[in-house]
Amino acid sequence: MTTALVSIRGVSKRYTRGKQTVEVLSHLDLDIASGDFLALMGPSGSGKTTLLNLIGGLDQPSGGEIRVNDQRIDTLSSGALARWRARHVGFVFQFYNLLPVLSAEANVELPLLLTDLSKAQRKKNVAAALAVVGLSDRATHKPNELSGGQQQRVAIARALVGDPTLLVCDEPTGDLDRKTADEVLTLLQDLNRNYGKTIIMVTHDAKAAEFATHRLQMDKGALVAGEAA
Amino acid sequence: MRYLPLVWASLFHKKTRLILTLLSLTAAFMLFGLLQAVSVLFSSGADFVGANRLITQARVSFTQPLPLALLPRIEAIPGVARVAYSQFFGGIYIEERNFFPQFAVDPERLLDAYPEWVLPDDQRQAFISTKTGAIVGRKLVEKYGFKIGDKIPLKSFIFTKKDGTRAWEWEVVGIFDGKDEDWAGRSNLMYLNYGHFDEARQFGQGGAGVYIIRVADPNESERIANEVDRQFENSPDETKTQTEKDWNLSFARQIGDIGLIVTAILGAVFFTILLVTGNTMSQAVRERIPEFAVLKTLGFSDGKVTALVLAEAFALCLIGGLIGMTLAVGAAKVVSGLLNGSPVVVQPVVWIQAFATMVGLAVAVGIFPALRARRLQIVDALAGR
Repeated sequence: MTTALVSIRGVSKRYTRGKQTVEVLSHLDLDIASGDFLALMGPSGSGKTTLLNLIGGLDQPSGGEIRVNDQRIDTLSSGALARWRARHVGFVFQFYNLLPVLSAEANVELPLLLTDLSKAQRKKNVAAALAVVGLSDRATHKPNELSGGQQQRVAIARALVGDPTLLVCDEPTGDLDRKTADEVLTLLQDLNRNYGKTIIMVTHDAKAAEFATHRLQMDKGALVAGEAA
Repeated sequence: MRYLPLVWASLFHKKTRLILTLLSLTAAFMLFGLLQAVSVLFSSGADFVGANRLITQARVSFTQPLPLALLPRIEAIPGVARVAYSQFFGGIYIEERNFFPQFAVDPERLLDAYPEWVLPDDQRQAFISTKTGAIVGRKLVEKYGFKIGDKIPLKSFIFTKKDGTRAWEWEVVGIFDGKDEDWAGRSNLMYLNYGHFDEARQFGQGGAGVYIIRVADPNESERIANEVDRQFENSPDETKTQTEKDWNLSFARQIGDIGLIVTAILGAVFFTILLVTGNTMSQAVRERIPEFAVLKTLGFSDGKVTALVLAEAFALCLIGGLIGMTLAVGAAKVVSGLLNGSPVVVQPVVWIQAFATMVGLAVAVGIFPALRARRLQIVDALAGR
């Protein structure tokens, strides 16, 4: 039996836009096991990215409780949440979100700047992360000198380098062609299988979801269906 | 220090804009360094240290002549090595644009008081003995092609001759040079024999604009200056004695309050720079909102993001400022030459003022973009809202 790394209880999220209040998530309960590779699927506006943001500590719920590794994160202050993200979460975005003025290795090093690691240790860890994603030979290249797939690999290396508790991926293959997308998904699958990383991935793409060990369907702010891998 | 590469790289987000902004900052700080150096020079008090020549003028104004009768009393003051006197002639050579300074002097006294002027002995004798004689500086020779024996017509805008005309004619009997490069650079003037000048002029006989006092020991300069002025206190010819350097500067001071002028110019310059650099920083941050959102996502706190933007503003101002101040040091040397040797130096106090200005400017241009980056909501910024 696996233990729940992420535990969500009665979580709601409401946004106020002008005079309108929109409930994006409604009293949602969810457990995600440690070592899981979960694909969150659903149509646009179903609330999957909002849920991902809440799990990743990028946003706070309007109600309910979120625990990660037995720590409540919905009550943390902005500063404490930033520190928690730095220690526990690695993020991968659809459009890579690399800093264009930095080389691949400098982008990967960013999360380590917040640690106490020495320069030599940071360099070593960055090299290891780039080796895991197969981009050791592109370490000094700027993002605009890399293909989309390579940029996403750099983003994955950046997400990995701090050895986070979980990886949070928002449409990681949404901007890639099928072949490159499959390479990136294979990499994520490898990280999950061989490195034990817990991965939560939002995707529209059913083929991408097939790489996950577990799939959940969302609609109108609620979980509507789940399927064990 | 670990964030330095990040700050440095961020500066180069838009290279063209960075270069243009740096050029603006460089120009502003060059002006700052130079004008502040000039201002410090003009606002400094009397400095007698190392002064071997003093200038005595009428207390009221240098335009008020002093009688030559003061000469023996000044010469009698212990420590005075030689006294010369000089009257500004104010002559135009052929056309108004050909103005250069001319002074009517007693040749022997003048050349004794200014050993820095080098003149062959025979020309020196000719200057002493030729009543209508004049000597011209090397720079004037280079500019106008004067040569010994030339008769130079000068139309004085001050002195009328007894025959009612203002047309004077002087014969070049000597060409003097400076003893070194510095003095050679100042040799754009002409000395006229006072004897003929005083005889021929319609008014003001027996008077001179200033006395030039060469002192035996520069350490005695302050005492001698005070003694000269004390001698003529409460007389019809009260005097004001200062070092040659201060006297030269007092001419420039007549333009107005140099400090105020400098402050006004720099105020306008820095107001413009504030807008230019402020706009650069605002744009730089606005364009990189998603990047700051990524940094926050990775765990950079609000405080760290604020500090990064401020550090970027500081780096920008520091680079532009240091380049500008370095150029100001070079420009100050050029200006020193134009001010006849008055040393315009970018002193430590000006560097400190410049550094304080760089910090102040960085805070002023960086604080609002920094607060904007600090306040951004990650989710909204990543979604492009």
